[in-house]
Amino acid sequence: MRSKLAGLLIATSSLIAPAALADVYNLEIDQFERTVDGKTLTGVSINGTSPGPLLRLREGEDVTINVTNTLDVDTSLHWHGIILDAGMDGVPGISFDGIAPGETYTYNFTANQSGTYWYHGHSALQEQEGVFAPIIIEPAQPDPFEYDREHVIILADWLNDSPYKALANLKKRSNYYNYNRRTVFDLWRDWTNADGGEKTDVIQERLAWGRMRMDPTDIVDITGYSFLVNGETPEDNWSGLFEPGEKVRLRFINAAAMTYFDVKIPGLKMTVVQADGQNIEPVSVDEFPIAIAETFDVIVEPEAGQSYTIFAAAKDRSGYARGTLSETPGAEAAIPELGPRPELTMAAMGEGHASHGAMADGEATGMDEMTMDMSGDAHSGHGEMPAMEQGQKVLTYDDLRALTPYTDRRAPDREVELRLTGNMERYFWSINDVKFGDAGPLEFNYGERVRITFKNETMMEHPMHLHGLWMDLVNGEGDMAPRKHTITIRPGETISADVTVDATGSWAFHCHILQHAATGMFRQVDVIGGAQ
Amino acid sequence: MKPNFLIVGALAMATALPALATEGDPVYNYTLIEADIAEIDDETVGAFDAQGWVGGDYNRFWWKTEGEFADGDFEDAEVQALYSRYISKFWDAQIGVRYDLEPKGETYGVIGLQGLAPYFFEVDAAAFVSSSGDVSARFEATGELLFTQRLILEPGIALDFYAEDDPSRQIGSGLATAEYSAQLRYEFTREFAPYVELAYEEAYGDTADFQRLETGSADDTVFKVGLRTMF
Repeated sequence: MRSKLAGLLIATSSLIAPAALADVYNLEIDQFERTVDGKTLTGVSINGTSPGPLLRLREGEDVTINVTNTLDVDTSLHWHGIILDAGMDGVPGISFDGIAPGETYTYNFTANQSGTYWYHGHSALQEQEGVFAPIIIEPAQPDPFEYDREHVIILADWLNDSPYKALANLKKRSNYYNYNRRTVFDLWRDWTNADGGEKTDVIQERLAWGRMRMDPTDIVDITGYSFLVNGETPEDNWSGLFEPGEKVRLRFINAAAMTYFDVKIPGLKMTVVQADGQNIEPVSVDEFPIAIAETFDVIVEPEAGQSYTIFAAAKDRSGYARGTLSETPGAEAAIPELGPRPELTMAAMGEGHASHGAMADGEATGMDEMTMDMSGDAHSGHGEMPAMEQGQKVLTYDDLRALTPYTDRRAPDREVELRLTGNMERYFWSINDVKFGDAGPLEFNYGERVRITFKNETMMEHPMHLHGLWMDLVNGEGDMAPRKHTITIRPGETISADVTVDATGSWAFHCHILQHAATGMFRQVDVIGGAQ
Repeated sequence: MKPNFLIVGALAMATALPALATEGDPVYNYTLIEADIAEIDDETVGAFDAQGWVGGDYNRFWWKTEGEFADGDFEDAEVQALYSRYISKFWDAQIGVRYDLEPKGETYGVIGLQGLAPYFFEVDAAAFVSSSGDVSARFEATGELLFTQRLILEPGIALDFYAEDDPSRQIGSGLATAEYSAQLRYEFTREFAPYVELAYEEAYGDTADFQRLETGSADDTVFKVGLRTMF
C-alpha cells in the first residue's frame, strides 16, 4: 500500500505542469496486483495506482486527456460532475463506443467550472476494481474562503473478491452477504424488553416485515470490504500533515462503489464550504453523511500539538475508513466507536412522504427509539439513520445553501416523476419498475426547465447522478438552492430537483451504487433540439 | 398430451433463451443440492433433491431432480426441465416436462408456480399430467427460523395429490401422502451446509390403506443426515 501511495504522488506531481491554460494528460488503464488486508487480488489501475493520479486543472483550461487501454476488455473514463460536450462524457453506448483494448481515446474539454470532482471508469464494474481518481479544478478567482493547505480525502471500498462474482452471488441469493439477519433470540430479547402492551407491537412488527417479504437488516447488498482513505487501510493510517495555526481544506470524495459513509473528525468542527464542487454558505458541523459519488469540502482548524482521526464509518457499521491529521507523519489519535448497526424501520417503508426537510438536525432526539419505530410518523424517511450522539450537529440537505444564486430561477415547465424501484429478491433495480435494458430514453427539451421528482419506493438509499446537467436541489432554499451532480434519496423519501436543460446530446442518468446501475437503475436522457 | 411434443417444446424454449437474454438481461445461474442418508427398516437409504436455473431476471431454464436409492439401486428418480417466466415480483410460472426414471419410465407435462409467499415461505406448486392421462399435483413449502446467522431451522411441508385411484402404484385419490420435516443446518458458508433432518411421513385415504396392507403402517419417522450446497 505504501508503495502505491508513492506511485500516486509521483504520477500526481508529473501531472502538475503550470504553463499555458492548455495541458495534455496521459492516462493508462491497466490491470494491477493489489494486496489489501493480506489478500492479493487483480484490480484495474490508472497509471498503475488506485486511486489514480490527481488531475489538477485550472478553470478556463483547455484540457486534453489521452486515455490508453491496456486491458483485454473495453474501458472508459467519465469526468464526474464536469460540464462538457456529450461526446466527451465517457459513457460507452451513450457518449461514445468505449475504448477498445490497445486503443487510445482523446478527451477534449474546457474546464468551465472549479471545485472538487472526480473521474472513474464507466465500463462493466471497473470502478469497483479500482478505476477512480480525484479532480481538482482551481478557480480563476480565489475561493471565497481562506485556507493554508489542502488534502484530498478520497474514500473507497475495496472488495475482497471479484465484483462480478459478488453480483452473481446476489442473483443466486439476494441475502448472500447478510449475516446480520434477525434471529429467534433477537425476537426473544425484543419481547422480554417490551412492556406489556408493546409486546404485541414486537410481534406485529415482525409480521409486517414478513408480509412484505422484506428484511429490516438489509442495509447493504455486499459485505467484505476494506474501507480506504486515499488507497490506504485503517491500519496503514493515511497521514495528512498540518503546521500549527493552519486552516486545512479537506476535499472529501466518496468514490466507493457501494458504500455510504458518515464522516467525523473527533475534536474538530468542520466548516463545510463546498458540496459537489459548488460553493455553499459555510456551515459548521460535527459530522456529515456522504453519499456515493458526492463531494464535500470542509475547512478545519487543528490545534498545535494535537492529532486527529479522520473517521469515515460505513453506513452499515461493518467497518470504517481512517486517516490522521497531525504535525508529524505516522501519528495516531483515538479511534471512535463504530456504534450499533442500523436497522430499517417500518416507518421508512411506509408511504414515503418525508423529505430531507423532515430530517432532524442530528441533535435528533430519540434516534434509538426510531430504529424500533413502526408508527409511520413524521420521521419517516430516515429510518436507517444510526443512533447519534446528543448535541452533535450533523449536516443535512436542509443546510445546503448556494453561496451565490444561479442564473436560471425559472419555475419548472413540467415535472417528471421517477419512482426508484427494484426487486430485492431477484436482485435487480429499476426506474418506474422498468430496467434500463427494457426502457427507452427520457426526453428533455433543450432550453426547458424540468422538475425531476424522485420517489424512493425501495428499502435502500439511492444516490442519483445526472450527467451533463446540474440538478438544483429543491430543499426550500428558493433562489439559494444548491446545485448538485448527485442527489441521494432515502427509503420512502420523495425529493425533487430542478434541471435547466442547457446541454445537447445524450446523457447517462443513474443510481451511483454500482451494482444498482449495472442491474437496471439507469436511464439514457436525450436532449431534444438545441444546436448539435 | 403427447410427451414427445412436450420434450421438443421445452428444448425449443431452452435454446431460445440466449436470444431472450441478450437485451439487458445477462445470463446467471443457480444450483442448490441437498443429499442425505437415513436408516429405514435396517436399510441405508440415500436421497437427493436438487434444482437450479440458467437465465436472466425474467426468463429462465429451470431444472429439478430428486431421487431415493437403497443398496445401490434407485427406487425413485425423476428429472424436470422447465421454462420459468417471471410473472410478478415474487413469483415465476413454470411449464415443461418431467420424466420418471424409477420406479418405471413415465413422462409428464408440468405446469407450476414457484416463488416466495408472504412471511418468507418458499413455495413450489406443480400439476402433472402423465402420458397416460393421470393427473397429480405436488405442493411444497419451506420456511426459515434463524437461531444464529449460521444455525438455521427450516420447517417444511410436502403434499402429494392424485386425481384418481391407481391400485397398481398403491395410490388413492385426493391427498395421498404428506411429509412434515424440520431441517437443522449449519451454514459454514452459503455453499457448504451440513444438516440433520427429522421427517414425518404420513399417508392418507386409500393410499394409507394400501400402505397398511403392504407394510402394516401408514406413517414413518425418518432421521436424515445430509449436506446442502449452493453455487
